[in-house]
Amino acid sequence: MQFMLLFSRQGKLRLQKWYVPLSDKERKKISRDLVQTILARKPKMCSFLEWRDLKIVYKRYASLYFCCAVEDQDNELITLEIIHRYVELLDKYFGSVCELDIIFNFEKAYFILDEFLLGGEAQETSKKNVLKAIEQADLLQEVRIFLYHQIHLL
Amino acid sequence: MPAVSKGDGMRGLAVFISDIRNCKSKEAEIKRINKELANIRSKFKGDKALDGYSKKKYVCKLLFIFLLGHDIDFGHMEAVNLLSSNKYTEKQIGYLFISVLVNSNSELIRLINNAIKNDLSSRNPTFMCLALHCIANVGSREMAEAFASEIPRILVAGDTMDSVKQSAALCLLRLYKTSPDLVLMGEWTSRVVHLLNDQHMGVVTAAISLITCLSQKNPDEFKTCVSLAVSRLSRIVSSASTDLQDYTYYFVPAPWLSCKLLRLLQCYPPPEDGAVKGRLVECLETILNKAQEPPKSKKVQHSNAKNAILFEAISLIIHYDSEPNLLVRACNQLGQFLQHRETNLRYLALESMCTLASSEFSHEAVKTHIETVINALKTERDVSVRQRAADLLYAMCDRSNAKQIVAEMLSYLETADYSIREEMVLKVAILAEKYAVDYSWYVDTILNLIRIAGDYVSEEVWYRVIQIVINRDDVQGYAAKTVFEALQAPACHENMVKVGGYILGEFGNLIAGDPRSSPLVQFNLLHSKFHLCSVPTRALLLSAYIKFINLFPETKATIQEVLRCDSQIRNSDVELQQRAVEYLKLSSIASTDVLATVLEEMPPFPERESSILAKLKKKKGPGAVSVTELEDSKREGGELNGGGDRGQDTATMAASNASTPSPSADLLGIRSTAPLGAAPASAGSLLVDVFSEAGPTAPSAAVNDDGFLSSAPPSEDPAPPLSEADDLLNKFVCKNNGVLFENQLLQIGIKSEYRQNLGRMYLFYGNKTSVQFASFTTTVSCPGELQSQLNVQTKPVEPLVEGGAQIQQVLNIECLTDFSDAPLLNIKFRYGGALQNLTLKLPVTINKFFQPTEMTSHDFFQRWKQLSQPQQEAQKIFKANNSMDTEVLKAKLLGLGTALLDNVDPNPENYVCAGVIQTKSQQVGCLLRLEPNAQAQVQHTDSPERVSHNYSSIPNFLHYLSPYSVNI
Repeated sequence: MQFMLLFSRQGKLRLQKWYVPLSDKERKKISRDLVQTILARKPKMCSFLEWRDLKIVYKRYASLYFCCAVEDQDNELITLEIIHRYVELLDKYFGSVCELDIIFNFEKAYFILDEFLLGGEAQETSKKNVLKAIEQADLLQEVRIFLYHQIHLL
Repeated sequence: MPAVSKGDGMRGLAVFISDIRNCKSKEAEIKRINKELANIRSKFKGDKALDGYSKKKYVCKLLFIFLLGHDIDFGHMEAVNLLSSNKYTEKQIGYLFISVLVNSNSELIRLINNAIKNDLSSRNPTFMCLALHCIANVGSREMAEAFASEIPRILVAGDTMDSVKQSAALCLLRLYKTSPDLVLMGEWTSRVVHLLNDQHMGVVTAAISLITCLSQKNPDEFKTCVSLAVSRLSRIVSSASTDLQDYTYYFVPAPWLSCKLLRLLQCYPPPEDGAVKGRLVECLETILNKAQEPPKSKKVQHSNAKNAILFEAISLIIHYDSEPNLLVRACNQLGQFLQHRETNLRYLALESMCTLASSEFSHEAVKTHIETVINALKTERDVSVRQRAADLLYAMCDRSNAKQIVAEMLSYLETADYSIREEMVLKVAILAEKYAVDYSWYVDTILNLIRIAGDYVSEEVWYRVIQIVINRDDVQGYAAKTVFEALQAPACHENMVKVGGYILGEFGNLIAGDPRSSPLVQFNLLHSKFHLCSVPTRALLLSAYIKFINLFPETKATIQEVLRCDSQIRNSDVELQQRAVEYLKLSSIASTDVLATVLEEMPPFPERESSILAKLKKKKGPGAVSVTELEDSKREGGELNGGGDRGQDTATMAASNASTPSPSADLLGIRSTAPLGAAPASAGSLLVDVFSEAGPTAPSAAVNDDGFLSSAPPSEDPAPPLSEADDLLNKFVCKNNGVLFENQLLQIGIKSEYRQNLGRMYLFYGNKTSVQFASFTTTVSCPGELQSQLNVQTKPVEPLVEGGAQIQQVLNIECLTDFSDAPLLNIKFRYGGALQNLTLKLPVTINKFFQPTEMTSHDFFQRWKQLSQPQQEAQKIFKANNSMDTEVLKAKLLGLGTALLDNVDPNPENYVCAGVIQTKSQQVGCLLRLEPNAQAQVQHTDSPERVSHNYSSIPNFLHYLSPYSVNI
């Protein structure tokens, strides 16, 4: 996988993970172009598209779009399920995850992703094992603060 | 799960994020951010030492601001400090900041690497994982240098925790991708491969990505992985859905690992060991069988995971391309998906079938789905799916269904999305050519193509139809008739006019017997389109007219009338004016015989790779044809054009006139035959006169004052180049045609045309005496390093040149890379027993490979400014010997090959040009500015180039400009 982007229906980037070296400028351009392309697509359309020399796999969960760019030989369907497993991990961790959880706890979203995918490849696909790793870190931590109203992704 | 265990309670961060979200405008947001940045800066700079928590909070805020899209230029040091904290959460935030905002400050990198080193040796698995994640996220060369030798040890050590092994494997993969030279598996290879046997599924899942990547690069060293992968796959495939516990995903056992195993096997040929192969075939059959079983869940995740494995298995089956049974089963399975209600599956089935179509075993099976695919092309609502359908139709096309597929694609073109039209046009053109059984069908198809999607028909397509019509005399009459009919349409595309002009100019006589298409009717039809056409098309039409004068003498008066009118003969476009003047003169002066020779029917084009295929190859867009298809159609293309030797690919060069800077399409190649092609010496020189009067740059014959070649030593070795060779060369910097050399015995005329990095040069050796030249040989050589820069090919000439006769030699030139020397032409012959030996420089200069580039003033100066390095710029001030006449200078600059840009320079006195030099190895953009100083008669040339490295010869050709602009 070359990169993963999470963005809202309004086109706001919520999370970006790059697995190939790109300059800040290139990253911004890619995000802008891709967000625009995907938001322009209609709901029933296919989840895959060719974009430049990459394959884009995306799926919408409630207000958030999850979008992965994979290479030519990569499997589209399994990438779609990578997205789903990540959403499940977020959901399990936050307890009915919503977009605001990801905004206010963006660092957690990154930590969970790092446990699941590393260098663009699946590191651990077992939900239990990923969450175990994350929760070890949370043992010493304090209370989460509720400042927002929740709309669940799943 | 109770929510209270979450979060680390950075209340300040939550409040800040909340504030940002409440900002009503971008300005308010920026204001709030700047306030926060000032606050953080003062905290970091303050005297009071910050505790770990505050540091973490501020670093996290900076990270948030950066992720919002703002620049962050401080805080790195604080983040690095966090790395050495004992508190996990502080360390974690430090690593996250470093991973996202990596900075190449070397002092910082040293500190980061130190912290990582400490964590890696801490033996605390969570710390080790954090450090490994950071290396994998950054993946820089510095990190590879520091850790590439350490990580394999961690990966295979017996006492390493599973989670650390997983991180280590993928960390190593990332380093291998960035710095393969630094990651040496060596002694670890076998232990890494054996990770495929690890008990922990997570370890196998992570390790296999590394193994796959390493296998692609070093298949031999890793080939033991094949049998391990097969047995692992077999265990997974045969396991019940509950056996693998948490690695079962929606009732599918280990889908990610299964896909990765199948992917790894695609790095290798089918296993040689019969038992292993048998086991693998069994696995593949099981996967295909499972696809037929009823689903264990209605959830899309279940079917996606299951089908992901199925598609990967089909990829492997296609990769092996050796099991007809499996290939046909795969094809049937995909056939079912073609009508599935899930768009995703239809898309993937179309895509996967494309590759199946190229296998001899499954090609026929794929073809049975033609109706479904045609239906998909017509009814799919998503353009990306329709694109796949079009690709598949292209892939499954063969002689048996070509007519149907081409017809469907043509009808789809009428409504096709703009984004895919050009590619569709190329595909239709290729299929029509590849599978043409009768050429009338081919001609019809291409003309339909132009009618339906004229704007998307590139030059390559209509050049190709002309090449084929010229080469096949059985289709010429039909082509003339069809194009004549097509031109009757009140509005027809300019490309149609081009094809029409060319074909009627060549073969109009074949339909002239019919009074409905008599010569004058043909002419009037063509001329009725003239005024609506662009300059290159008009130029082509003028050439068609002069051909008409030869074909049909009865049209001469009418056509001369047209040529004579002011809008032609005084046309502001120099190319059109020149043609009108030359053709008018030619038609009035030359005798019928001369005219017939000069305007003879075009000779067949040399056989070569289809220019359209070359174009599609270049596009390499979605669904680009595979190499094998290309080869195939090359073969078939050969058949279609009646074979012949497949010479150097001169692309469409011959079909386009490069003698003028505007890429006008002079397909007639008039000038190649006009000046010297006519055999009688007297007529030849008469024609030279005609052209030298007419042309804006009159070629002056270079007469060697030494008379007989007394200066050349009578030796068999090639003589050194003539002392004036350089001057002769410089005459041709800005022009392509003229007399290269002349003395009392011999005249050498030259005509050349260039396109992209290819060129063709015609040399005409005229014997001016009445005695024959014997042992006439010519040798072209590229001395020194020119040999690797320029490729010049030619065939030997006839050894005898009769008195008064002229022989022709064609050189094919390919520019491989930048060059500064000229190739040498050595000519030896015996005249009355005495050996004549003479060496000239051939006027091939780097600027011949210029492609003019149009750009706006804005673009021009933006690029100009970007070229600030000394080696990207050259400046020259030189004195003009002649008056600096605007038109002459313009012609000169155009002759150089660049585009002359109007309204770019704020000073209207200056000339601004742009072009791209095309060589095989690279393309070099070049900008040029000429600032005449009328008082001082001085000109000033600047030429920055858009290249990142030194490109030496541009300044050289600029000085060609100087002596030459003096000559005019």
